[in-house]
Amino acid sequence: MTETPLRPPRSQWAEVWDQFRTHRGAMVGMVVFLAIAALVILGPWVYRVDPTFINIRARNQGMSWTYPLGTDQLGRDMLARLIAGGRVSISVGLTAMALSILLGTFIGLLAGYFRRLDGPLMRLTDLFLALPLLPLLLVMVLFFREPLATRFGPETGIFVLIVVAIGVTSWMQTARIVRGDVLALKEREFVLAARSIGTPDRRMLSRHILPNVMSPIMVSATLGIANAIITESALSFLGLGFPPDFPTWGRLLFDAVDYIRDYPERVFWPGLMISLIVLSANFIGDGLRDALDPRIRGR
Amino acid sequence: MLTYTLRRVLLAIPTLLFISLVIFLLLELAPGDPVADMPLTIPPEVREKIRASLGLGEPVHIRYLLWLRAFFVTEPLHWIDGAFGTAFAEGQQRIISFQSRSPVFDIIAQRVPQTLWVVGMAYLVGVLIALPIGIISAYRQYSWFDQLGTLFSMIGFSVPTFFTGVLLIVIFSVQLGWFPSIYDTTLRITDWSSFLRQVNQMVLPVTVLALFNAAQISRFMRSAMLDNLTQDYVRTARAKGLKERTVVLVHVVRNSLIPVVTVIALGIPGIFGGAIITEQVFKVNGLGQLLIIAIQGNDIPMVMTLTFIFAVLIVLFNLIADILYGILDPRIRYD
Repeated sequence: MTETPLRPPRSQWAEVWDQFRTHRGAMVGMVVFLAIAALVILGPWVYRVDPTFINIRARNQGMSWTYPLGTDQLGRDMLARLIAGGRVSISVGLTAMALSILLGTFIGLLAGYFRRLDGPLMRLTDLFLALPLLPLLLVMVLFFREPLATRFGPETGIFVLIVVAIGVTSWMQTARIVRGDVLALKEREFVLAARSIGTPDRRMLSRHILPNVMSPIMVSATLGIANAIITESALSFLGLGFPPDFPTWGRLLFDAVDYIRDYPERVFWPGLMISLIVLSANFIGDGLRDALDPRIRGR
Repeated sequence: MLTYTLRRVLLAIPTLLFISLVIFLLLELAPGDPVADMPLTIPPEVREKIRASLGLGEPVHIRYLLWLRAFFVTEPLHWIDGAFGTAFAEGQQRIISFQSRSPVFDIIAQRVPQTLWVVGMAYLVGVLIALPIGIISAYRQYSWFDQLGTLFSMIGFSVPTFFTGVLLIVIFSVQLGWFPSIYDTTLRITDWSSFLRQVNQMVLPVTVLALFNAAQISRFMRSAMLDNLTQDYVRTARAKGLKERTVVLVHVVRNSLIPVVTVIALGIPGIFGGAIITEQVFKVNGLGQLLIIAIQGNDIPMVMTLTFIFAVLIVLFNLIADILYGILDPRIRYD
């Protein structure tokens, strides 16, 4: 009797990675995402130009060796501003996404697991879905900008405001998905087994339910980054986001629109960055969804 | 079906009341005084009188109820008066804008046509592009057309409308000079050449919004088609010798359209929100631009009314989508 050679045991994440690698769009997306992240994080160390330095003699310059992407109407270096703007845009995207995922997961878990809370929490979710979000975001940002700016300082104040505003208006999809998955999981045997040995609700949620709903949460986190970056840029583009001396990609685009006839390239770069990062996040989310789905994996 | 519809309509009323309360309280919390911009030489007692004349003297709950009354009773009555020449709303307080001191609904009525023309046309064009793309992508799944369609919808979905809009302006109105970059709303269509000018200026905003809408709807159409193409009734239809064309275009497409129609209905309120940005890019003076100006000018009645109208649209089209789903698909039974 010969022993059949078994494949060495592999972790779940190795399998997921293998599947993820076969998704061409997701791989390209990940490379682009990491490249932009590296540019934005490492950029200030390599390219040591102050993005807020005003040099009025060198305004409206085109591309050159001294100014790789030219300068704006006040002579500020566009590449440095693009890097600084990317830092803000990406950190807003990540923080707002974290907040919305936290809220969504929490509400989804509670609604799915505790039957008494299901009705009220889902009505709340429906109410939030019926709110006109963009108008409300605009109202929140414009009216609460001043008090928060005086309390936390102009930059932190706006940052907190925009992150919170985006976070509390984008958790609903995650909550719905998580609730649906929890409802299905609750009927499974392993949950029954865990309950039969007297596992308390808190550990039930943290040890048995939460790890099993991680896949949809990760997918909606990836898509959430894209959504948050788009929303922040849209707010900045409407002139209701960050102040002008605090560049983000949306703000740079907004500022450049006034000079569109003479210097169209100034519109192009920030817009391209927003589009690329959102596109890559969406592709990663797509690939992740396929890779985390055990029915597709291994085929 | 009727009881379900009635139940949903009844449920929509408290939802809308709650939403109006949320918006009202949010605006109430907002710091910002409509008389703050007036000259400092105005004596305090006059200033108080101005505040009172704007309706700010009353406590919060009274003002909320007055607003509700004005929105749900006075304004419809006024509209009936205008339409039939009656005098129900004589002497009743309407919702007055802080900025222009004229009734909010009169200003909104002036702005609606521009928004509807641009947004409505864009949605129509978007749907007309999306359906064939979705059908062909599904029928030839994993072909080059499908791959291209996937890429197209991914790009259309990811690239924000304010960037596509600006990009199209740079290419088509700055470089090529084919289309105007600013939407001229004073244009009256009187003859053929003014009609052509109107079409010309609508091309860019409609293209931007249509691409964005088409990207999403084509995906829904594709997945609905894929669900239906493997069903037994399709095999039956082929087995009885129907032409492939009939099988796909009559049997499969009609069944696939059921969920897509509801998605289209659900998307309508969303495009009004998206139009806020597009209107800003192309300087269309529609509802979105009105909202931005009102927010910047602290015009609370205008912001309140517009935001609430957006909320009504969302609730209304959710309702329509659900009912439509029940009517189109006899397998769906709500009762």
